[in-house]
Amino acid sequence: MKNLLNKPINSHPDFRLSPRIDQVGAIERASRFTTRSIKTEAKMQGLLMALNMIDLTTLEGADTDGKVKQLCNKAMHLHSTSIDLPTTAAVCVYPSMVRTAKTALKDSGVKVAAVATAFPSGQAPLDVKVADTKFAVNEGADEIDMVISRGKFHQGEYNFVYDEICTIKEACGKARLKVILETGELGTLDKVRRASDIAMYAGADFIKTSTGKIKPAATMPVTLVMLQAIKDFHKKTGVKVGMKPAGGISTAKSALHYLIMVKEVLGDEWLDNNWFRFGASRLANDIILQIEKQLSGAYYSADYISND
Amino acid sequence: MAKKSKKTTWDLSPAPESTSHINIKKQYDLFIGGKFVKPKSGKYFDSINPATEEHICKVAHANEADVDAAVRTARKASSDWQSLSGKERGKYIYRIARLIQERAREFAVIESLDGGKPIRESRDVDVPLAANHFFYYAGWADKLEYAFPNRQAKPYGVAGQIIPWNFPLLMAAWKIAPALATGNTVVLKPAETTPLTALKLAELIQDSGLPAGVVNIITGEGDTGAALVNHKGIDKVAFTGSTHVGKLIRNAIAGTGKKATLELGGKAANIIFEDAPIDQAVEGIVNGIYFNQGHVCCAGSRLFVQESVFDEVLEKLKHRIDTLIVGDPLDKNTDVGAINSKEQLDTIEKYLKAGVDEGAEMHQSNCKIPKKGYWCRPTLFTNVSQSSTIVKEEIFGPVLAIQTFRTVDEVIAKANNTEYGLSAGVWTDKGSKIFNLTSQLKAGVVWANTYNKFDPASPFGGFKESGVGREGGLHGLHAYLKF
Repeated sequence: MKNLLNKPINSHPDFRLSPRIDQVGAIERASRFTTRSIKTEAKMQGLLMALNMIDLTTLEGADTDGKVKQLCNKAMHLHSTSIDLPTTAAVCVYPSMVRTAKTALKDSGVKVAAVATAFPSGQAPLDVKVADTKFAVNEGADEIDMVISRGKFHQGEYNFVYDEICTIKEACGKARLKVILETGELGTLDKVRRASDIAMYAGADFIKTSTGKIKPAATMPVTLVMLQAIKDFHKKTGVKVGMKPAGGISTAKSALHYLIMVKEVLGDEWLDNNWFRFGASRLANDIILQIEKQLSGAYYSADYISND
Repeated sequence: MAKKSKKTTWDLSPAPESTSHINIKKQYDLFIGGKFVKPKSGKYFDSINPATEEHICKVAHANEADVDAAVRTARKASSDWQSLSGKERGKYIYRIARLIQERAREFAVIESLDGGKPIRESRDVDVPLAANHFFYYAGWADKLEYAFPNRQAKPYGVAGQIIPWNFPLLMAAWKIAPALATGNTVVLKPAETTPLTALKLAELIQDSGLPAGVVNIITGEGDTGAALVNHKGIDKVAFTGSTHVGKLIRNAIAGTGKKATLELGGKAANIIFEDAPIDQAVEGIVNGIYFNQGHVCCAGSRLFVQESVFDEVLEKLKHRIDTLIVGDPLDKNTDVGAINSKEQLDTIEKYLKAGVDEGAEMHQSNCKIPKKGYWCRPTLFTNVSQSSTIVKEEIFGPVLAIQTFRTVDEVIAKANNTEYGLSAGVWTDKGSKIFNLTSQLKAGVVWANTYNKFDPASPFGGFKESGVGREGGLHGLHAYLKF
């Protein structure tokens, strides 16, 4: 397998000079993707692709071994129908649940992603964040979803944020690193762009919108700005970075609109779960519902689809 | 574990808008006095679908006698219409607006069939804006004394209106709505390549119960338009179209006492500064020149990019135009539709050749285009200067000419160095720069960090050879009143 691990780039630009974003224009462009009409074959292909890009997520204080095992079963076996359905890309859990998930998923190919670095607030000292990350990696996590220090970011300490991500990246070892910007706390699209640049230069393998604990979570304009940042970064450095919108995407239709956006901004090359993920807990079932509709011509009751 | 799909690309499947709900007659007569009447000329011409070159229906060709009948009918209807209260006139206009909304899908489909524009645009731009124009002017009908306080405003009488083929229904709305609100009656001539939505509007006006003769719609070619302009019975000419024809009209009405508003050509400067939000600016370039196949008088056809960001803008623009889907106007995913007519396609191709012959570098998107019909790929030219033919002349197609600049003063001078002055665009993150440019650019509309945005409340019109008078907003009322 080819190496999918990015490295920090030390000769980074002054992050204060990140490109500016016109909010009105970004919103308008993002809404244009929602007028794309995705029908018949393209719809089926898109739905299957979207299923295979999901990080099936449970991040509750009340998570137990039993809950996580059930979720893992669902990730491996989403639904029985007349065609083969893919698995999800990963399950996403707290570090304490990594071992349970890893054992349950065995050699299914479904990855285990762990949220680390004092998720979701990130308000902890660096050594605690490093320990949190290393613990998750040692338990068997394939991917680490870290949060940036938004407080420091708002204080203008961009190099602090950069250095912190570099440190966590090192602690990840062979695990791929997703960097959560928590865009709902950043306030403007200019800042979303700046945080994206910081994360990518610090070696992020993915940039991710949200923890799912703050509203608004993922939105199309925010995701568009991040995709364009990925495109510019790829152009400048030749390094590919993945994208993960998380939280708030619960319908198949909106998932397809996100995929169209990825296709038109970054190209078909990014339409693969190595480069694009949905962080979601409810999305899978709506996609399954739509797949059944495509196959049979009629909508199922939700009772026909498992609710793990 | 489930198999992974082997396909490496994800292509959209066709998503055509249904045409089963529309109703087009085999033959259309002239709409005079609230009825469809056979043309005295006895002649008809074909309306063609530019995307397939298929015949759609036959349309009457009005001659001088037909024009005379229409103008006389409008004159006869004039005094009753003028003496109706503003509130009553407003009611009819509101009714027309609502009926357009009710039949929006049908109008959108027919607009795309007849003119070649993508259904996404006719559905989301043309038809809703047309309805909004009627709504907007309906609201003014009983408030003219507040629009012009302490002045006695009176309608001219009969307005002869000639509209182009790029926004057929929308232009009909721009013309008819303010005329009715101010108490004028109307003889409207749509363009010969796109008469259908105006004729459907005639049917709708019949249904609205508008008094007979207040709006008359006559179809035909250039000779019909000339007969209308030259008819002694009209008091005012409202024309949207080419500068060439605009000049002919001005000549023809000189000394006759007829009033005129002329909305003519353009060659707008779209200016990108180095501090602009580049990704959004690229989107604005695309909306500026490839919207409606570039058949837009205010299209941003001259792009000025500050030299320091030229490479970046050009690269992003090339990537972006490759994602534009060119093809069947009725497909909901189509971004760029068919060129309106064979004649216009020939004109555009003549300019493409002129550009290449003069040494400009041409780049076209790599999209597939259908075999039948009239098509032009989104095109851009670099290595051009102010003296290039494709920079000087209006092409009216999806063709962009790109130049660079160094300073604010330089770009203002270049932007104003044109015989036209209809519109301009400015892209910068700096508010003060925007205000500086909006006051110095000689253009009727200047968009800042956006392009091709229209609203009924906003006046529209040009400097220099881009025209005379304003349409839309309060200014639009002025053009139909004497004081």
